[in-house]
Amino acid sequence: MRIAKMIDRIDFGLMSSDDIRKMSVTKIVTADTYDEDGYPIEGGLMDLRLGVIDPGLRCRTCGAGARDCPGHFGHIEIARPVVNIGYVEDIYDCLRATCRSRTCGRILLSDEKATNIRKEIESQKKEGGRWWEISKKAIRDASAVETCPHCKEKKIKIKFEKPTSFNEGKNRLTPSDVRERLEKIPNDDLLLMGIDPLVARPEWMVLTVVPVPPVTVRPSITIESGVRSEDDMTHKLVDVIRINQRLADNIESGAPHLIVEDLWELLQYHVTTYIDNAVSGVPPARHRSGRVLRTIAQRLRGKEGRFRGNLSGKRVDFSARTVVSPDPNISINEIGLTEYVAKTLTVPVRVTEHNLEDLRNFVRRGPDAYPGANYLMSPDGKRYDLRYADREELANNLEVGYRLERHLKDGDIVLFNRQPSLHRMSIMAHEVKVLPGKTFRLNLSVCPPYNADFDGDEMNVHVPQTEEAQAEARILMKVQEQILSPRFGGPIIGGIQDHITGAYLLTKRDTKLSRDDAQQLLASARMFKDLPKPAGKEDGEEYWTGKQIYSMLFPKDLNLRFKAKICENCASCKKEDCEIDAYVSIKDGELVTGVIDARAMKALDRCEILDRIIKDYGTTAAKDYLDNATKLSIASAMKFGFTTGIDDEDIPTEAIDRINEAIDDAKEKVKKLIEVYNAGELEPLPGRSLHETLEMRIMGVLAESRDTAGSIAEKYLGLTNHAVVMARTGARGSMLNLTQMAACVGQQSVRGERISRGYKGRTLPHFKAGDLGADARGFISSSYKGGLKPLEFFFHAMGGREGLVDTAVRTAQSGYLQRRLINALQDLRVEYDGTVRDDRGYIVQFVYGEDNVDPSRSEGGKSVNVKKILSQIVGD
Amino acid sequence: MTEKWDVLGHELVPDHKVLSKEETKELLKRFKIGAFQMPRIRSNDPAAMACGAKPGDIVKITRKSPTAGKVLAYRYVIEG
Ligand SMILES: [Mg+2]
Ligand SMILES: [Zn+2]
Ligand SMILES: [Zn+2]
Ligand SMILES: [Zn+2]
Repeated sequence: MRIAKMIDRIDFGLMSSDDIRKMSVTKIVTADTYDEDGYPIEGGLMDLRLGVIDPGLRCRTCGAGARDCPGHFGHIEIARPVVNIGYVEDIYDCLRATCRSRTCGRILLSDEKATNIRKEIESQKKEGGRWWEISKKAIRDASAVETCPHCKEKKIKIKFEKPTSFNEGKNRLTPSDVRERLEKIPNDDLLLMGIDPLVARPEWMVLTVVPVPPVTVRPSITIESGVRSEDDMTHKLVDVIRINQRLADNIESGAPHLIVEDLWELLQYHVTTYIDNAVSGVPPARHRSGRVLRTIAQRLRGKEGRFRGNLSGKRVDFSARTVVSPDPNISINEIGLTEYVAKTLTVPVRVTEHNLEDLRNFVRRGPDAYPGANYLMSPDGKRYDLRYADREELANNLEVGYRLERHLKDGDIVLFNRQPSLHRMSIMAHEVKVLPGKTFRLNLSVCPPYNADFDGDEMNVHVPQTEEAQAEARILMKVQEQILSPRFGGPIIGGIQDHITGAYLLTKRDTKLSRDDAQQLLASARMFKDLPKPAGKEDGEEYWTGKQIYSMLFPKDLNLRFKAKICENCASCKKEDCEIDAYVSIKDGELVTGVIDARAMKALDRCEILDRIIKDYGTTAAKDYLDNATKLSIASAMKFGFTTGIDDEDIPTEAIDRINEAIDDAKEKVKKLIEVYNAGELEPLPGRSLHETLEMRIMGVLAESRDTAGSIAEKYLGLTNHAVVMARTGARGSMLNLTQMAACVGQQSVRGERISRGYKGRTLPHFKAGDLGADARGFISSSYKGGLKPLEFFFHAMGGREGLVDTAVRTAQSGYLQRRLINALQDLRVEYDGTVRDDRGYIVQFVYGEDNVDPSRSEGGKSVNVKKILSQIVGD
Repeated sequence: MTEKWDVLGHELVPDHKVLSKEETKELLKRFKIGAFQMPRIRSNDPAAMACGAKPGDIVKITRKSPTAGKVLAYRYVIEG
């Protein structure tokens, strides 16, 4: 029964009543589904001609069983026509743009105008433009016309009352009237309104027949107790048939007009909710339990709907998901998989003469012994499940041409992904490394591109199945190929946190290492190289500097100069003679001066060294450098010892006194400002009201006092302090974080202003109304470490809440923004001629990005780095 | 009020120029496209009016770019 057919084109149109009848295998006449024995009733909604879902029964249309019968449509003849809720807007367009005369029905545009529009549509069609958009204007023009240009009939304004009523003047148009009108519109005029008469006639938007989808679309489920539960769509169709029957009976018996009208209305309601159960102005149909029914439109719409849930995003085979945890010992290119995952996910390998013997052993081990295989395919297409087959025999008979679905093993390529997949680096290819445990392991340097941490994050793995897919993944998607971000052209993969502090501790000026210590560090970084000449002797013992050890990571001819993160931006830089060793100079692969910190190796920072290595020596060199540098840094941090605690924020009492003094001064100044303001003597700033001026001045004074408090504290927070080391090297935290802990938290704000809400004229009942002082408006003079006063705590919660709400709102908004961007940009590509075009070949940019530069292959956004080339040629 | 404002003279408005028949042909050949596959500009766009573009013309826009110095863009003029 398999017929291969090529799809030439797809037309989207409407179905006529005859189309629906033609497609139908039976008319559905009764609202009952099953008889007492649980057998489908003929002419009912579960009629056996509509297809079968119960195993054992046979379809009365195609004769196939439940597995092969695709299902067949039926139909319901309704006693009176009803409007199809999906097209009410279009019906309205057709009604108001056409003549009401029974003998005319033309569009309300003169022939001359119609020809013009026709021409325009024709030319747009030829150019591949949006021809249907012209009809919007045509309809607007036509509905403004008062008398028909063809038969001079006066128009009566038609009002559309949501959801399904049309009124002409005072008269209500029944669906029958509407259908009659629509039938009158000639084919030629339809094109002007954006309707292609070859695939749709407007009267088909008013239903006289309701199609009944196959039972395969709305299967009933039987729970253990034997009680059948019908699908929501079946429930709704039952309603339609019941009301239709009552309507037909009443018309038959000549019931009063009003009753017929009411039932007709009810039929319209049921057909409407059958099609879409979320129309505004229509109460949604509910299940007996009160649950809202899920009908046709609900199955298609939204995130879990057919389009977004089943077509754009499908569930897939060859994938795994579990919690992730860190492993600093594997390469950035690797991923740690558990044996369980490796035994469940497989890759198909072709048996060749080269791997025949090897693969025999995989077959012998089978699905339970790792590394084995789960399935074997013979060249004639037979599939052997290695759980049950005689593996020894299969292995012995294995020949070239077989295909073996073997377990994942070390070195296989897999795709690794963390949601939300916001950029290219959210899915990267990793090489498998099977490790004990139950989690996926990843190198810490790949946390930034995935935005992963280990507080319970889960990630997905996908296994490419064909050689082509595996090759593409290796060449294009491997982690080392993704180090440079196309967003800003710098490394998005690099050192983080302890990698930075560790490198700093190792490379700062006074670090001296004995032979043993140096060897130990190199060993932990897996760098099995000979030590260079010792830097000197101390107490008769040879010693090496940390810079020497770190230099062993560099290529021999690396030359680089830049300022470290700890640089204080002195007015005139002393370069190599910098007191704090903030000028990094690397000559011929030797770190001469400067410390390694965030500027040198942090992801999302400048990451100068990694940036240079990847651009001059390639991605493999960069991967090796990063793997070793991070290991060396961590080993250093462990060797020298690194810890932080609350005593890192200790400052002497005299400092606290001075801070309090500064804050008191500021509060006094604020008081004075308020006095001046109250006396009406405050000079307003240009463009500001008096009150705004006062607020700005106060905020300025208080911000300054917080800064003063901060700088007083900073005097006692030197680079011997580990919290400061983290902040200054850019490893984690900022000096603001530290001074807020040690000295003064500062002003809390809501919507960028001092806190002013709460009570009338005051923030809390503890203050006098109208108090504009620092304390009354949310200034926190305490430090986090010293502890907040109760009122300060309250203000802090207000400011903190705003932050939380902001992030919550922002993520929702940016998620939707992202979706729209992706939908708009997904088909764009850069052609070989440098133009950016969409899928129709329409040009979006004549030159990619105006400059034809790919940021991730550029030198700081430019195609050439003149300074670097110059220093290479001239030397220095 | 009646004084005509020189749109193209403003420093923020890039230079607009209508292409000749030959230039148009050569451009469409270079990009292997039909005029309808280009970005569009309405004929009632102030800049299009200022350079005298009529529907069916192609306008060459010479922009300053912070990254590329000078950038050429082309617009197909449509009714509007
Ligand atoms: Mg997390
Ligand atoms: Zn069937
Ligand atoms: Zn007429
Ligand atoms: Zn300096």
